Amino acid sequence: MLSLVILLVIIIATLLAPVYASKIAKTDPFASNLSGTVVINGQTVPVIQPNPSGLGSTPIGPTWQAQYFLGADTQGRDVAARLLYGGRASLIVGVASALVACLIATIVGLLAGFSGGVVDATISRLLDIVWAFPIYLLAIALSTVLLVQGLSIGPIEVDPGSLWLPVIIIGFVFVPYVARPVRGEVLSVRRRDYVEAAIAQGARRRRLLFKEILPNVLPSVIVIFPLMIAACILTESALSFLSIGVQPPQASWGTIINDGQAQLYTRPMVSISAGLMIAVTILVLNILGDGVRDALDPRAKLRLRRRKRAQA
Amino acid sequence: MIAFALRRIASMIVVLFALSVIVFLIFFATPGIDPARQMAGRNATPETLAAIRSNFGLDRPLPVQYLTMMDRIVVKRDIESYSNRGVQVIPQIIAAAPVTFSLVFGAAVIWIFASISIGLLAASLRGTIWDPLLMGVSLIGVALPVFWLGEVANLVTQQRFHDTFLFSWVPPLGYVPLTEDPIGWFTHLVIPWLVLSVLFVGFYARVLRSDIVNSENEDYVRTARSKGISERRVLIRHQLRTSMITFVSLFGLDFAALVAGGALLVEVVFGLPGVGRLTYLSLAGLDLPVIMTTVLYGAFFIVVASAIVDILYAFLDPRTRTA
Repeated sequence: MLSLVILLVIIIATLLAPVYASKIAKTDPFASNLSGTVVINGQTVPVIQPNPSGLGSTPIGPTWQAQYFLGADTQGRDVAARLLYGGRASLIVGVASALVACLIATIVGLLAGFSGGVVDATISRLLDIVWAFPIYLLAIALSTVLLVQGLSIGPIEVDPGSLWLPVIIIGFVFVPYVARPVRGEVLSVRRRDYVEAAIAQGARRRRLLFKEILPNVLPSVIVIFPLMIAACILTESALSFLSIGVQPPQASWGTIINDGQAQLYTRPMVSISAGLMIAVTILVLNILGDGVRDALDPRAKLRLRRRKRAQA
Repeated sequence: MIAFALRRIASMIVVLFALSVIVFLIFFATPGIDPARQMAGRNATPETLAAIRSNFGLDRPLPVQYLTMMDRIVVKRDIESYSNRGVQVIPQIIAAAPVTFSLVFGAAVIWIFASISIGLLAASLRGTIWDPLLMGVSLIGVALPVFWLGEVANLVTQQRFHDTFLFSWVPPLGYVPLTEDPIGWFTHLVIPWLVLSVLFVGFYARVLRSDIVNSENEDYVRTARSKGISERRVLIRHQLRTSMITFVSLFGLDFAALVAGGALLVEVVFGLPGVGRLTYLSLAGLDLPVIMTTVLYGAFFIVVASAIVDILYAFLDPRTRTA
């Protein structure tokens, strides 16, 4: 329950990002603001302060007040505002790519499990092969290819700077992780009595697929979904950290950690805050995922109760 | 046994072929992509583009292009980086491999011992507050992004607390070969080992605990108890032993994936010149030949490693031979 509340708070906070940026921080989180100033304790302080040695400059650290709450980055941008906007991008990419993965995987898994024979064998082998690829290697290979020229399949054109690119890449990479269990579930549902009964009644293939099998396979997809979002957010942040995920001027938690790497020892809050946001989000999603599983799979609870009785 | 090994090797060769085709398709035949422009990097001259086209046979049909690519990467091993002209990619990979292996090996030792201890402890303390506590900590470990954890570790050990007695022994970031200076090798790698292992300790401890708890109702556990064997012996000799099956097969896959390039985030954060960092450095310039080669070799390594693990498995446990 607590985890659901935390997740909602994070989502609402990121939704309010534009309000924060325009009303409170009063800076544009995507434009550099090298000569900006902020008022601290009645004194006007430049956002980017020259170093005492005269070489280079350091952005201000956390002020713990409305403006520049978490300090500024090397471009003089408000870290807190960027964190909220970055959270938006991270959550959008995470949820959208998890949706892409689950959608493709459900179709592929249904197709493989329901058709059987050559179709099943081909799809299963293909899934095995993509699955054998380490996630990061496959994602890196796809990103490097697509980042130079973007993606264009027929009428669909995806610009290299678009958020859709990481969504497509991450979604594709995770397809086998969902499609394999879906296929297994379809195979087991197919043999259940109610499906046999429907076949005996002369139900058509389409009816079998959409009325009998799909509704009974969906719960297992729903159980995987929150865990998938967590995995996708983590992957997005890693790719963005490697500068091949979300592209500037867009920010995500991963790109903020990457930006913060250069000033890690002088202004660690930049990286630390973004990392904490990722960690909390992933933790909450994992707990929620466990909760959804317990709610949707009564057998898991039954097993637990039987176990408790066995102990008593 | 030999029949099984041969069958497994045959399927391995099929998978290797399929993998290489997929890598080829990603780099050469993604819709809307001109592979010559990809490989030439940004701002290439028309002459370079033409040279690459004839070099890789890009004006020929796709199957010929595939054969040309495989010939250059696998048979002739003559593939050059485009951002550092004249630098051969394959010797670089071979030079970087021991670094990656040192990193992954040390982390694996830590994660095996730590996750078995935590999993066992949590399972045996079931019903007390310690079980959910240990599992909660493991869940947090799984949620931490590894590159961020590495940065925080650097912040603590390299700067904030570097001058205290706790971390004054931590050397600057980098790598020292084991053969040159074993102690330096160890001190350079301890922090990266710990950081890399955190995720796996958390994940494996949770898997192990739930497997042990699930084996509670199994017949062999009841039999062992009814024979009057002590609880500790039941837990370690019977429950832990069977629960290790999932653990071991997961371990094989994860270890191979890390060696093949999965450890790149940790290598990047700690400045370890391994295979992953090689890939990372070529990402900045989108140095396709290097990326293509590391991806292909990484994928090959995983497939070969999993075939070897399967054959070893069949050797140890005859039941798996028929599967």
